[in-house]
Amino acid sequence: MSSHLLSWIVFTPLLGAFILLCVPKRAAHLIRWIALGTTALTAVLVCLAFPVFRASEPGFQLVERVMWIPQFGVQYLLGVDGISFPMIVLTALISLMACLGSLTHIRVKGGREKEYYFLFLLLETGMMGTFLALDLFLFYIFWEVVLVPMYFLIGIWGGPRKEYAAIKFFLYTLAGSLFMLLGILAVYFAAPTHTFDMTVLANVKFGLLFQKIVFLAFFLGFAIKVPIFPFHTWLPDAHVEAPTPISVILAGVLLKMGTYGFLRFSYPLFPEAAHWFQPAMGILAVIGIIYGGFIALAQTDFKKMVAYSSVSHMGFVLLGLAALNADGFRGALLQMFNHGTITGGLFLLVGVLYDRAHTRELNAFGGLGATMPVYAGILTFFSLASLGLPGLSGFVSEFLTLLGSYQYSKLITGLAAIGILLAAAYLLYMIHRVLLGNLNPKWAKLPDITALELSTLVPLMIFILGIGLYPKIILNYMIPTLDALLIAIKI
Amino acid sequence: MVTADWIYLVPLFPLMAFVANLLWGARFLKNKAAWVSIAASVAACAVALPICVKVFGGARFSNEFVWLTIGSGTLRFGYLVDPLSASLLSMVTIVGTLIQIYAAGYMAGDPRFSRFFAYVSLFMFAMLTLTIANNFILFFMAWEIMGLCSYLLIGFYFEKTSAAKAGFKAFLTTRVGDVGFLIGMLTLFVTLGTLDFSEINSLLTGTSQARLGMNTGLLAMSALCIFCGTIGKSAQFPLHVWLPDAMEGPTPVSALIHAATMVAAGVFLIARSFVIFMAVPGTMPVVTTIGCVTAFMAAFIALTQTDIKRILAYSTISQLGYMVTALGMQGLGAGTFHLITHAFFKALLFLAAGSVIHGTHVQDIRQMGGLFKKMPHTALTFIIASLALAGVPPLSGFWSKDEILLTAFASGHSLVFWTLLLTAFMTAFYMFRLVFMTFFGKARDPKVHAHESPALMTLPLWALAVGAILLGIPGSPMTHHWFQRFLAHAIHHPEYHPSTFVMTCSVVAAISGIALAGIIYLKNIHRAEAIAKTFRPLYQLSFNKFYFDEIYSRYIIRPFNAVGAIFFKFDVSIIDGAVNGAGTGSLWIGAVKNWIDQHIVDGLVNFMGTFTRLLNSIVKRLQTGFVQNYLLIAFLSFLVFIIWELKLI
Amino acid sequence: MNLIPLSHILIFSLALFGIGIYGVLTRRNIIGILISIELILNAANINLIAFSQTTSLSPETGQVFALFVIAIAAITAAVGLAIVLALYRARKTVFADEVHLLKW
Repeated sequence: MSSHLLSWIVFTPLLGAFILLCVPKRAAHLIRWIALGTTALTAVLVCLAFPVFRASEPGFQLVERVMWIPQFGVQYLLGVDGISFPMIVLTALISLMACLGSLTHIRVKGGREKEYYFLFLLLETGMMGTFLALDLFLFYIFWEVVLVPMYFLIGIWGGPRKEYAAIKFFLYTLAGSLFMLLGILAVYFAAPTHTFDMTVLANVKFGLLFQKIVFLAFFLGFAIKVPIFPFHTWLPDAHVEAPTPISVILAGVLLKMGTYGFLRFSYPLFPEAAHWFQPAMGILAVIGIIYGGFIALAQTDFKKMVAYSSVSHMGFVLLGLAALNADGFRGALLQMFNHGTITGGLFLLVGVLYDRAHTRELNAFGGLGATMPVYAGILTFFSLASLGLPGLSGFVSEFLTLLGSYQYSKLITGLAAIGILLAAAYLLYMIHRVLLGNLNPKWAKLPDITALELSTLVPLMIFILGIGLYPKIILNYMIPTLDALLIAIKI
Repeated sequence: MVTADWIYLVPLFPLMAFVANLLWGARFLKNKAAWVSIAASVAACAVALPICVKVFGGARFSNEFVWLTIGSGTLRFGYLVDPLSASLLSMVTIVGTLIQIYAAGYMAGDPRFSRFFAYVSLFMFAMLTLTIANNFILFFMAWEIMGLCSYLLIGFYFEKTSAAKAGFKAFLTTRVGDVGFLIGMLTLFVTLGTLDFSEINSLLTGTSQARLGMNTGLLAMSALCIFCGTIGKSAQFPLHVWLPDAMEGPTPVSALIHAATMVAAGVFLIARSFVIFMAVPGTMPVVTTIGCVTAFMAAFIALTQTDIKRILAYSTISQLGYMVTALGMQGLGAGTFHLITHAFFKALLFLAAGSVIHGTHVQDIRQMGGLFKKMPHTALTFIIASLALAGVPPLSGFWSKDEILLTAFASGHSLVFWTLLLTAFMTAFYMFRLVFMTFFGKARDPKVHAHESPALMTLPLWALAVGAILLGIPGSPMTHHWFQRFLAHAIHHPEYHPSTFVMTCSVVAAISGIALAGIIYLKNIHRAEAIAKTFRPLYQLSFNKFYFDEIYSRYIIRPFNAVGAIFFKFDVSIIDGAVNGAGTGSLWIGAVKNWIDQHIVDGLVNFMGTFTRLLNSIVKRLQTGFVQNYLLIAFLSFLVFIIWELKLI
Repeated sequence: MNLIPLSHILIFSLALFGIGIYGVLTRRNIIGILISIELILNAANINLIAFSQTTSLSPETGQVFALFVIAIAAITAAVGLAIVLALYRARKTVFADEVHLLKW
């Protein structure tokens, strides 16, 4: 098994999905257990990768290479390195938590659980594949595989404007990925040996103009996914309408696919263009940080607030990428991971509240700290992590990112620091409106968080606290690869 | 035997108490929660004090481990116990323990009793970590966790909207400074390549060769940015607005966090990064100015306030301004000395004020009066602390304040000196206005039934009073400024000789302030109103705290919110509008194409259809549906074919 | 042995064929039509046997063909009767002119 570990990681969810299809619809319990078991099994498989993965070595490991369509040089090529490894850990973790969170949520939402979990597992396969594929063609396929289940998951189990949100998400992302497809084809034809193989293409030197154009094409595909200002407007809609576990996956994993794409493809393939676009990326990042922060401040919908905070926090990832130095890259990759755990947790918490109160209107709450003390504590914990309180993971990544960007541009860093301030403002304002103040008598009987809900949050909290206190545990996996990447793209 | 590495335990004890109280406090520990926290503090004390004693004897400890890899370098966490941190460490452990003992009495019966002690323990953990931190990052982490505790404890009674708001305000305001601090650290790291206190020390105090080619501009920027952290945390002008509101928290919190320790951490920060300020002397006047303005302004506001805790809060701001001024004039010893003595007598003042509130259930001094007889312990200790704060010899406050005035005088900034002196006068005045209105005269509100607090609360008062009386001695001329020389081990410190002129001025200011307060408030309270009317504009300015809150709310908070709203509207209407517009546009194009498709393209197709139908209507008549008809036709055609083929005709 | 001249046999089979064609074209009853089809097939059989005597090929060739045709005729009869039966069940009729679904 270990020889094909990556394939197992990618296709175990798909296997589970097909097993689900054979189970009659009425056996709801069995369906839930199969889904949960499959995600858990995937997580175990990812854990199995820990002893096999050699953290200190850059370059791809556990590579699986099979010629797939020889006529076009398409390969089935999987591999993992220090960039993708944290991402698959994140994917496994967030999927498991989201699956746990689905157990009651989807039942309440009106069933069709078989279809739901089928699509859910299909989505997980897509995400894993996206992070592990090293063949551009394969990558594109997985990238698109993610879209389809997501469309249905939002469109069927979503909120009142689900169709609008789902179509917007689908079309917008598809439009972006079409540009990416053009870029992929351009690279394919421009390379001396027609191939989609990343490991080969990374050594090809393209002309500067070509690099710029194709970088831009990839950029569109990735930027919409991240999302980078001004391509971010699908995000609040999709988040607000999606059911809680899907919001968690959307924020926790899907957004990372964009920034991952930059690190995996855009930078190694087009190093000169990356330098050329550095100022633009930095400016877009800082606009995203401040702009997202300000809008989050103005929100009255809990979920929308968290959604816009994602725009702001993903801006930090972009900022780190734009810095094009060691600290920036580390900060960015770490922030990708941290944002996944923190914002995923925040979305779960929004869901907990929504399941009880059936509203997300921030101004409608107040004083919940008295009736739901455990919930209040956990919400405060995640908010503090999100606003970058030292000792929690958000701080480490923001610090590294700012340190990196400071070495690139002081002005941009200074402006980005306003984003930190804004994060404190909107998150505390949210806490103020939800937890503090006079108790609205309408909510006096809301039950506190349940054990099942707690079980979805506690693992995330462990990661947040662990990384915050001793970031080396995760940075050790990232640093060799990122340093190697930095050397490779140096011009 | 206590070795230096045991110092890791000092912050860990309170951390364990925090975890215990958080997880099991509400269910199992309940009233014992206080003792868990106190025990942790005592244990920390027991470990810290022997180490501090060794440091006072001239030792210096440090140790570290790698925490994070930055660039190609590493960031090493660990502890650094030098004279500066040792003095703060001993102060924090002692004052912290006493305040927690007091709090066990003060908070008794509160529904969230265990939560309170959990937060306090977390605070102690952060504060102790901060004092022994060996680098800026660890310092900053502890610094922020303190800010969090401050936030949580100010908003402890979060059902009260005012308390919740005050916590929010405190966190956000200090965060403004903290962002500056963060940028300062980044700048420092980029400039010096390290954030370790000892390394920075040796880099900046080393030979001129090491400092050659160092970017002083960046260094100055980092110093000023770090100073922003102080401005936020130590409630200096213009970010001082949060501290008075922070008085919404329980009184022991005000004593511990907002008087003795956390707010002093800002001053400690300057002392810690003193070499950076020394390396770029141009930054010093900024520090002095801010400190001086703060000291004067806060004292001026305190003159007219009526809430007992708010008066003390403004007094704290003012005294912090004193310390910052002292550091700004290179008086590291004087500033730190005042920090230590101030911690004792201001904690005492707050605790005694808490005792008054506990006994009377009011906070407005206009409702008090004549409490001396009813609460003698509280009153006596309060007066001792007030005398110390006013600067009456030979109490501790006199010696430390005198040191600061001396520093100002010797440095030649006469404006600073006279401002500080005026502030000292005002300090004496407002403190004794408070004392006279609270403890003397007649009881003004018949509804108030005062009673003395339990021994659990009065004992810590007396313990702190001892400190407030005696702590001046280590820094006084009697011991040849032992404390200042002790600190100067680490850092350069200008020697000043005691000046009788300064001492006389200081004593005169204190005595005249007390006397004036006595004249106005002891005999006839209505005289005060007459004076207020005479100086109406000044009175209004002071009473309304220079309108800072109003100005901030109108010119900062509201624009921020407005920008948020505008951006949101922009986002929804323009950016999302563009996206939706693209969608709608596509639909329009679709509609046009649809028309073309239906009428032209499909028209052709339809024409083919119609034409075929036309033909069909003729040909279809052949289809009779009778099999035999078809057969007959087939047979006849066969016959014709045969005949034709065989040429029969 | 005096053989019947070939022309006689051909005239006989022609008559048989004519009767068959007439029956197929005029009978209303589908069973009648089927019987007439059998007559046509048998006329063909007779021709095959008759010519098998005179061809240059081996005489068995024609006879085998006749046997084939008999077998197929049996099958067509079976299928045809089954269709008629089904038709009768569905439409209660066995008359061809009453079944004209394919009419325009």
